[in-house]
Amino acid sequence: MVTEAAVDTVIGLEIHVQLGTASKMFCGCAVAFAAPPNTLICPVCLGLPGALPVVNRRALALGLRTAVALGCRIAPESRFHRKNYYYPDLPKNYQISQYQYMDHPPLGVDGWLEFTVEGTPRAVRIRRVHLEEDTGKLLHVERGGAVTHSRIDYNRSGVPLMEVVTQPDLRSPAEAREFLIALRALLQYLEVSPVRMEEGMLRVDANLSLRRADGTLGTRTEVKNMNSLRAVERALAFEAARQAEVLGGGGRVVQETRHWDERRQVTFPSRTKEEAQDYRYFPEPDLVPMAVGEAEVARVRETLPELPAQKRARYVSLGLSASDADLIVRQPRLAAFFEEALAAYPQARVLANWVTGDVAGILNAEGKEIDDVALRPAVLVGLLRLIDVGVISGRIAKDLLPELTLQGGDPAALVAARGLEQISDAADLEQLIELILAANPEPVAEFRRGKEKALVFLVGQVMKETRGRANPELVNRLLRERLRG
Amino acid sequence: MTPALLPVSELLGQLRRRTLTPSDLLEAYLQRIERFDGSVRAYLHVAAEAARAEARRWDDRYARGDDLPPLAGLPIAVKDLICTRGVATTCGSRILEGWRPPYDATVIARLRQAGAILLGKTNLDEFAMGSSTENSGFGPTRNPWDQARVPGGSSGGSAAAVAAGLAPWALGTDTGGSIRQPASLCGIVGLKPTYGRVSRYGLVAYGSSLDQIGPLTRTVRDAALLLQVLAGWDPLDSTAASLPVPDYQAALEGGVRGMRIGLAREGMGEGLQPGVRAAVEQAAARLRELGADLVEVTLPTIAYALPTYYLVATAEASSNLARYDGVRHGLRVEVPDVVEMFSRTRAAGFGPEVKRRIMLGTYALSAGFYEAFYLKAQRARTLVHRDFDAAFAQVDLVLLPTSPTVAFRLGERVDDPLQMYLADIFTIPVNLAGLPGISVPCGFADGLPVGLQLIGRPFDEATVLRAAHAYEQATEWHRRTPPLEGAAA
Amino acid sequence: MAIDRATVDHVALLARLALTDEERALFTEQLRHILDYFARLQDLDLGTVEPTVHVRAAADVLREDVPRPSLERAEVLAAAPDQEEGFFKVPPVLEPA
Repeated sequence: MVTEAAVDTVIGLEIHVQLGTASKMFCGCAVAFAAPPNTLICPVCLGLPGALPVVNRRALALGLRTAVALGCRIAPESRFHRKNYYYPDLPKNYQISQYQYMDHPPLGVDGWLEFTVEGTPRAVRIRRVHLEEDTGKLLHVERGGAVTHSRIDYNRSGVPLMEVVTQPDLRSPAEAREFLIALRALLQYLEVSPVRMEEGMLRVDANLSLRRADGTLGTRTEVKNMNSLRAVERALAFEAARQAEVLGGGGRVVQETRHWDERRQVTFPSRTKEEAQDYRYFPEPDLVPMAVGEAEVARVRETLPELPAQKRARYVSLGLSASDADLIVRQPRLAAFFEEALAAYPQARVLANWVTGDVAGILNAEGKEIDDVALRPAVLVGLLRLIDVGVISGRIAKDLLPELTLQGGDPAALVAARGLEQISDAADLEQLIELILAANPEPVAEFRRGKEKALVFLVGQVMKETRGRANPELVNRLLRERLRG
Repeated sequence: MTPALLPVSELLGQLRRRTLTPSDLLEAYLQRIERFDGSVRAYLHVAAEAARAEARRWDDRYARGDDLPPLAGLPIAVKDLICTRGVATTCGSRILEGWRPPYDATVIARLRQAGAILLGKTNLDEFAMGSSTENSGFGPTRNPWDQARVPGGSSGGSAAAVAAGLAPWALGTDTGGSIRQPASLCGIVGLKPTYGRVSRYGLVAYGSSLDQIGPLTRTVRDAALLLQVLAGWDPLDSTAASLPVPDYQAALEGGVRGMRIGLAREGMGEGLQPGVRAAVEQAAARLRELGADLVEVTLPTIAYALPTYYLVATAEASSNLARYDGVRHGLRVEVPDVVEMFSRTRAAGFGPEVKRRIMLGTYALSAGFYEAFYLKAQRARTLVHRDFDAAFAQVDLVLLPTSPTVAFRLGERVDDPLQMYLADIFTIPVNLAGLPGISVPCGFADGLPVGLQLIGRPFDEATVLRAAHAYEQATEWHRRTPPLEGAAA
Repeated sequence: MAIDRATVDHVALLARLALTDEERALFTEQLRHILDYFARLQDLDLGTVEPTVHVRAAADVLREDVPRPSLERAEVLAAAPDQEEGFFKVPPVLEPA
């Protein structure tokens, strides 16, 4: 953590998102994770002599949808440019990307994304959204501790990427993480990408500098190779601390690119001289401009799905607490589950309590996502309705939930099979109550003296004897009546 | 006369009337190649066996009286800059020596579908960079009219092959004149279509915003025939036009009566070899006799076309040729570090002209120079385009010499790159403006062919072909053949 | 336009061309000569002229997002200078890119 109170952390993020298209950005090769090496290649994505690119319509549509959802100003005409540099994983030794060239801006500029950090609303400005192609994968082969050669797989070459660049508006590693969670959720709601970070579908580079006490901005470094949200937070925390230490010791921060080492949990300087690169950008002659008219932008805006901010507001208006709303909204699959359940069970607040409390608790304990478990929205709704009509108590429902979540099943059938119906008939309970009262004279006396807690104890005894099946409200009422008299 | 010196339009007739078989026709070329190409060196690779097998199949189909595609059984030579699947495509460079593409260029696919037989791959200046074919990594081609002279470039192999009757017709490519100039120097017809008329998919890129594939033929009718097969939209090329393709053969008839032709003032100035000037002036007079309206037009910025072209083309080329690095195809110089491998492979594989142009283009795009060079050139390009637009407000065609000189001697200009670049001074502006242009033979100077260039509006190849055809049919130049050793009967 | 040896070396590095000493001397001379000739572009008044990015006005050439068959790996790798178990094989990256 940064220890100098006078120093501010300034972070900007550059995020690459693999778009959820069926084929690549400029050719018809399929997009798939973990296919055998070099089986999804063609003259175009292999950069063979004579090959030419053709833009994927859907990639443009997904990029546009994202830019509109982020409130960007959409370029009426956007173009591609060549970014020229040499590397073995870049088959043409140039990447087709979008650059700000004279008055031809990229797909979208000047947007923003709202999110919350521990309940506090924040907004980060989005500098630009643009499209480009991904590179192949370079794999180093080691024998006896030394790298002997490298292998290249071009399956990933040409996969559509969308780059989202923020202004340096983030003020802490935790904030950066929350922003990424919000961005990831947005991308999932928009259905532009499944955004599986473990498959490299969301890659993050960061710029970090420390602002001095006098308000001036320090030198910034670029941090790369953070492959999970946790890595982002840790890497940035490390880097901020490292810079503070350098400055605190009277030194100067070197402008450089640093890599995050997950194993050693440190950033170390990269050997590639990123800053010295001259990319010699020029407009891509093989591609014609993409026109995006105002009518189309309006249509995209109108057909956007409900965005996280709107969803959150709707949940709060339905009675959910702010924190419950936040928790559900930031997990699109959970939100989808919640929405489906809500359609059949309109008591939003009650439903939300169960979803964010018990259901989420089970998922966390098992390390699973809602899509990975057997629980269907209709089953949860069924369970809640059993409580509502008094067939089971809340206690019994909580006991059944883990099994229903992880293994599935029908709540009503389970209750019947195991005889878990609630005891709601006063007549059935009266005899038991007499027994409990007789067995517990002290608590009875204490209650009569005014101690509420004694009643709780007595209720608990009844619940214990009935193995949770007694209706607790009824037990409470009966005991009170019995002891009053 | 041997069928090898007949135009394709006549050959097709003979094939259809069955007075000639595809195999016999092919043999005629293979024999001439055997006899003359040891010295002319038009070909880098002759696909004899594969061609013979295909010819035999077409023999059968003709014999059976099958319904046949338009070019059934006709051989064609292809400039070795165009990808032919499984057949070596070197681009005239050691860096791609032995490389066999795993795919066909779109034009090749169209030709195959039309029934054409690949005769072989022809020599060229390395990666199309040159005006003499002396920049080939595999030795120069010689002009069939005088084998001490160059055939022009970069499509010198294709032009020489057609001129010498080593192929009925051929594909060339044109970025700054590389079809028209060799056509002029070899006394044949060469057409550069409008940019976007013919697909570039499978054409190894040099100057992406300038390159086009086009026909090199004995007659204008043949050029129309071949263009018909090549032209049209291609989903694999974003710069290919989806405009409908007219019937170019039908467009040939009609003559030039009433057609307005502008003689560009800047084309007839100093620097023009006297014999060239005379031939072109006579051609203009002939067109006037045929009923065309000859007027003078001006293209003031044509003087700036050369630097404009060499900055734009080399900038694009420096990027297009970056992919030759020893990783995925071609030559590799084995060294322990991959980055060094790039530099050493490219140093070993590229010839000096290619290196020069890569350096020039890289410089033009580099930080601090982009505005002064590349951007400036792209602006100048707009002015050249506007000059033509203004001319076409008055005329239907612009007339220029194709080349300021006839074929120069081998070795004469290799040490002075700038002198070599000046060979394209009249062809370059046409590429900058993306217009269609044809070179037709219009006479001789000092015994060597002179070419007349006609330039048309975008996608108006029909008018270009019509005027060229009318001129050709009113003259005898197209019947002249080079005096190859032991002239064929 | 002053082209000197240092510029030529820098450009050669950007272009990944290992030049011999003879080439460095020759190219420096030739490029200088060529660029001097190109300096005539400065004569033109180009201030407000739009650069030609595409010689023909066209827009929105787009492809449907439908996967198409890829190349046969064997054919591609057969043309590669070196390959190993389905991968392109290259020496390791030792120096900064």
